Amino acid sequence: MTAIPLSWTLALSAILFSVGTFGVVIRRNAIILFMCVELMLNAVNLAFVGLAPYAGIQGQVFVFFVIAVAAAEAAVGLAIIISVFRHSESVDIKNFRLLRW
Amino acid sequence: MTLLFQEAAHAAAEAGAHGAFHPVAPWLIVLLPLIGFVINGAASMIAARRALPKLPPVGDPHWDAHHDVSEQEGHAHEHGAHPAGHDHDDHHDAHDHPAGPKPWTHVLPSFVAPGVLIAAFAVAVMNFLAMLGADEHGRLTVERYFSWMPVGDFQVDAALQLDPLSMLMTLIITGVGSLIHIFSIGYMKEDPGYPRYMAYLNLFVFFMLVLVLGASYPLMFVGWEGVGLCSYLLIGFWFKEKANADAGKKAFIVNRVGDFGFLIAMFLLFANLGTLNFVEVMDRAPMSLAYGGAVVTAIALFFFLGATGKSAQIPLYIWLPDAMAGPTPVSALIHAATMVTAGVYLVVRSSVIFTLAPVASLVVAIVGALTAIFAASIGLKQWDIKKVLAYSTVSQLGFMFAAVGMGAYAAGVFHLMTHAFFKACLFLGSGAVIHAMHGALHATHNPADAQDMRNMGGLKKYLPVTFATMGIATLAIAGVPPFSGFFSKDEIIGAAWLGAGGHSPFSQAVLFGIPGTVWMGFIGGTLSIAAFMTAFYMGRMMIYTFFGENRTGETERRHMHEGNWTLSVPLIVLAALSFFGGFLNVEEHVPVVEWFDFGQGAALHHWLHPVIAGSESVVRANLGDLGEVHHAAWPIILAIVIGVGGLALAWVMLSGRKLGTATEEPSFRTGFGRVLYNKFYVDEIYDVLVVRPVYALSRVYSAFDRYVIDGLVDFTGRLAQGLGMLAGRVQTGLLNTYAFVIIVGVLVVLGSFVAL
Repeated sequence: MTAIPLSWTLALSAILFSVGTFGVVIRRNAIILFMCVELMLNAVNLAFVGLAPYAGIQGQVFVFFVIAVAAAEAAVGLAIIISVFRHSESVDIKNFRLLRW
Repeated sequence: MTLLFQEAAHAAAEAGAHGAFHPVAPWLIVLLPLIGFVINGAASMIAARRALPKLPPVGDPHWDAHHDVSEQEGHAHEHGAHPAGHDHDDHHDAHDHPAGPKPWTHVLPSFVAPGVLIAAFAVAVMNFLAMLGADEHGRLTVERYFSWMPVGDFQVDAALQLDPLSMLMTLIITGVGSLIHIFSIGYMKEDPGYPRYMAYLNLFVFFMLVLVLGASYPLMFVGWEGVGLCSYLLIGFWFKEKANADAGKKAFIVNRVGDFGFLIAMFLLFANLGTLNFVEVMDRAPMSLAYGGAVVTAIALFFFLGATGKSAQIPLYIWLPDAMAGPTPVSALIHAATMVTAGVYLVVRSSVIFTLAPVASLVVAIVGALTAIFAASIGLKQWDIKKVLAYSTVSQLGFMFAAVGMGAYAAGVFHLMTHAFFKACLFLGSGAVIHAMHGALHATHNPADAQDMRNMGGLKKYLPVTFATMGIATLAIAGVPPFSGFFSKDEIIGAAWLGAGGHSPFSQAVLFGIPGTVWMGFIGGTLSIAAFMTAFYMGRMMIYTFFGENRTGETERRHMHEGNWTLSVPLIVLAALSFFGGFLNVEEHVPVVEWFDFGQGAALHHWLHPVIAGSESVVRANLGDLGEVHHAAWPIILAIVIGVGGLALAWVMLSGRKLGTATEEPSFRTGFGRVLYNKFYVDEIYDVLVVRPVYALSRVYSAFDRYVIDGLVDFTGRLAQGLGMLAGRVQTGLLNTYAFVIIVGVLVVLGSFVAL
């Protein structure tokens, strides 16, 4: 059994991260935006895990932290999206500009 | 109180042993009126709050329920069934609703205000006795309490200076002040603003005492400004009428011009002597300032500018006649007896400086003499009883300035004292007349003017006490011997004749190329004519007010009556002082006057000698001995002829004249009488020369402010706003944009790491 080469792992991580970033920049649906953020976080997790055999255990510890933060963020973020939806019957972030000048 | 007396006796006994003067708690004299002000001020604030129309408190739904209960606290209940929105602020209103017990805020001041004054007077008398026990050289003390303004070389202490001059002034202020406070109870107690009035009056006395007792020019200036403030507040006491408020404003603004002079003089004095304490200034001035030099002349003239403002001399006298808008006791206390004499006090206090500046002193004397005759001539043709007295005050102040300007400092102070007695008596008497007239006219709802002499006449039948006391004061001011005014006024005119003979320290001075002796002759003549006019217009006032037929009206006459004891007792005391006051300073070796030998000699001269000694030594050092003074008999005869003659002429010319009431009697429409009646049109001249140009200039400034200054400020604001709007466009409100910017930023940062 051969190990997956590090370069592949990192390449996948980079691709996932780029997809997430791209999504955050161009999409307007709040939920999709949210998912794109999760994608970016997980891309980073993947990089951490992939690098763990070379760089030591700390990376894997960080992954747990990231997962915990992502869970908390998901709870808060979804709650915000729901309350915004109740307010404007929409999750389009075009409508989220009440505080603009 | 008894403790204080014991202390005074102790101090007097000690003084007898050591010859030095130990003051008895002089701070009490100053502090007592201040305490009175605090108490009466608190009462007036409570009274004012209660008199406010009741508004529903925020968030109290049950307010209406206890509305009626709370309204009983003020004296609003006098209006009975009237709904809210009643106005009981007009002072005339009080006469309509005399019923009902007075709230405590209107009772307390009747005891506190005169009480603190009488207590202060008692302390002043104790100090006076202690000073009397000391020998002449030990009578000056400076009591230091704390350092007030230590700024580098400039050191000012909160210190009181007790010497014969400040002692005399303190006795006049607290003594005459006490009487006027007592009079005020009877005169003002029905006024809704009574506690406020008493508070202001107490505050005035406090500042006046600071003025005369302060041991340095800055402290004196504090009192100087303070009395100006109180004068403003009391002239505009009935501020609901615009004319009264304007009169107060006029007094305040005109006085500012004079204060400018006072300040400049202080600056110059400090720049040249390095101190502003009276004792040090009088010590250093003869050494540091050249006799007759430009600097000392400038200082003296700037001080005199200050004095013209406060003491109503040409060219700044115009505010005093308008100041009669205030309550009459205020006119008596502030605008006759005390505050307006502050300028004379300033000159006497600075006698060393004025003696060092003969030309400036000559200016003082000439301005005083011109003011005396100018104001007296206006007084000849006034109908308003208080206006007559106001111009008379201006004129008498002119006499005082003429005296101090000729180096006759004691004579000036003597006239200041007798004037305080008889002019306070005259003003309070006119107050009693106005009180009676107002009551009578009000009872029948007659809108006629209570102060116009044309509406009076024959009042001696209805107001016998007022008539008798005012009569004595009139004889005093007219200069009939042996009333007080005769001695003091004669001394001033006599000083002018002596100065014309070369006996004044300023006889050698030259102003406009004319020698001092000639000027003094001119002053003597001017003052004699002014004294004759004084006797005439005072006779005129008495005749029109108290003699002849009554012109008030049939029904009104029955309501005319003398006021209660608070009105008459001060009048009687002041009349007695107007009679006897002159004997304090009967001059020695003067023909005719010698007949009135009361064994006193020139008591006031000796009393004031320590204060004036400094200026005498200046004279001796620079002019040598002025020679023995020989009084001739003719000036005294002339003075008697003037005094009696003026009154007699008034009687002959006016007593038979049938006068109409204010509505019937025509005003002075023709000739010089019209010019006099309109006060030489000085107010109009000032209006054209000063007021209008200032208005025009301020309109220009206002436009400049509105369009240029405000425009600049607005432009700055708008600029920031515009830039903000511009920069705000970056904030699209779209999360995508922000995310994109963040990412680009991160890439730039990372890229720069990599590149480096």
